[in-house]
Amino acid sequence: MTVTAELLKTPLHARHLEHRARMVPFGGWDMPVQYASLMLEHHAVREGVGVFDVSHMGEFRIAGPGALGFLQFVTTNDLSKLRVGRAQYNLLPNSSGGLADDIYLYRTGELEYLMVVNASNIAKDFAHLELLRAGFEVALENLSDEYALLAVQGPKAEETLQPLTETDLSSKKKNDVWDGKLLGIKVRMARTGYTGEDGFEVFCAPGDVHALWNALLERGVTPCGLGARDTLRLEAGFPLYGHEFGDDINPLETHMAWAVKLGKDFYGKAALLESALERRLVGLELEGRGIGREGHRVTQGGRDIGFVSSGTMSPTLKKGIALAFLERGIEMGSSVQIEIRGNLVDARVVVPVFLPKLA
Amino acid sequence: MSIPQDLQYLKTHEWVRLEEGIATVGISDFAQDQLGDVVYVELPKVGRVVSSGETVAVVESVKTASDIYSPVSGEVLEVNSALENAPEHLNESAYDAGWLFKVRVSSLSGELLDALGYAAVAEAEA
Repeated sequence: MTVTAELLKTPLHARHLEHRARMVPFGGWDMPVQYASLMLEHHAVREGVGVFDVSHMGEFRIAGPGALGFLQFVTTNDLSKLRVGRAQYNLLPNSSGGLADDIYLYRTGELEYLMVVNASNIAKDFAHLELLRAGFEVALENLSDEYALLAVQGPKAEETLQPLTETDLSSKKKNDVWDGKLLGIKVRMARTGYTGEDGFEVFCAPGDVHALWNALLERGVTPCGLGARDTLRLEAGFPLYGHEFGDDINPLETHMAWAVKLGKDFYGKAALLESALERRLVGLELEGRGIGREGHRVTQGGRDIGFVSSGTMSPTLKKGIALAFLERGIEMGSSVQIEIRGNLVDARVVVPVFLPKLA
Repeated sequence: MSIPQDLQYLKTHEWVRLEEGIATVGISDFAQDQLGDVVYVELPKVGRVVSSGETVAVVESVKTASDIYSPVSGEVLEVNSALENAPEHLNESAYDAGWLFKVRVSSLSGELLDALGYAAVAEAEA
């Protein structure tokens, strides 16, 4: 039997087609991978400002007297000091030493949080949280269909958005979240993103997202697709679920281990501590010509030592960069080889943050 | 989308220009547009003897790597090494500055299409 699933569409889908974006399936959604040029979009975000339609992402509302206790139990990072109006990167562990997802948590009220999850994991995460909520005095709602989400990213994001809102954006710090208005439209905004640049994420009603999108484009903001989102996040060294994270990948093997706080108890903690840490996630900078890509083998002196989980040509650095899982004991700075179509290409092992300004 | 009349094509989007027993090979304007920004090109070694249908080059955009098949059999005479430092020629000038390699032809692929035949292929994939 063949099951052909209809791809989901964001509220801006028709606009993407009008812009002649190239569309690809991503996590069950028909999403723009690029508009005119991925390179142009990438540089717009590094040097100016770009906007991504990320309405495919999932949003859950978690509220009630037991919300904090529940979230402390189901995540690895410590939420006890997260104040109202602040946000935090976090991880959802499973019971077998891996991750159900990596997430962002926004504290939107005394007893209320908004969890943003990866599009491909919405149903899985919600079922996972439903299973674990027993015993907690907490309401759990999947609001994914009630929010559109735009990510406005780049060094010029603040000056572009400031004339559209009465909120003093210069007073907002990274990871702040607030309710306000943009162009008179009710929005929830946060100073967060996935590009390694300053920027804002704007949650709004699906019916309002066209007006915001059009207003941003009229002001010269570059529409950007998932292709640029991927090169931007890779240069910043951010992991992507399905590549650097997964049900069978222990986050302690990655440079996001800082988001696992072993001083608190959480679901799956024992399994996470027990599973063997035989490898770790590193960055690779190619010294020879070529592009290491997902699945390419990594060797050292002819010995197989791991594989590439994500790789691209860095538009900023103009060389191949990759994230790779290598066996433990491979030192930073050491020389390895990536097998690209039968050829061994030299690469250097580096801390997985490629942009000098972020390192 | 430009599909010059004086070239022949493979349905896998390579073009070939035949002049006095020498075949110049590249990828079509449609192909470069589908790929997006080309950032890396891997070319065959001069002197290599290739068969039609064989993978002889690789063109990589940021997102993906694409195999390039030879539309002809014969010996590789010359490669466009300017692409090593300027792969964007493939996007800017697919039929001219973006050529990939030249082969002294011993035989042609039986699957070559004329411009009209190739236009139908590209249309179907667009």
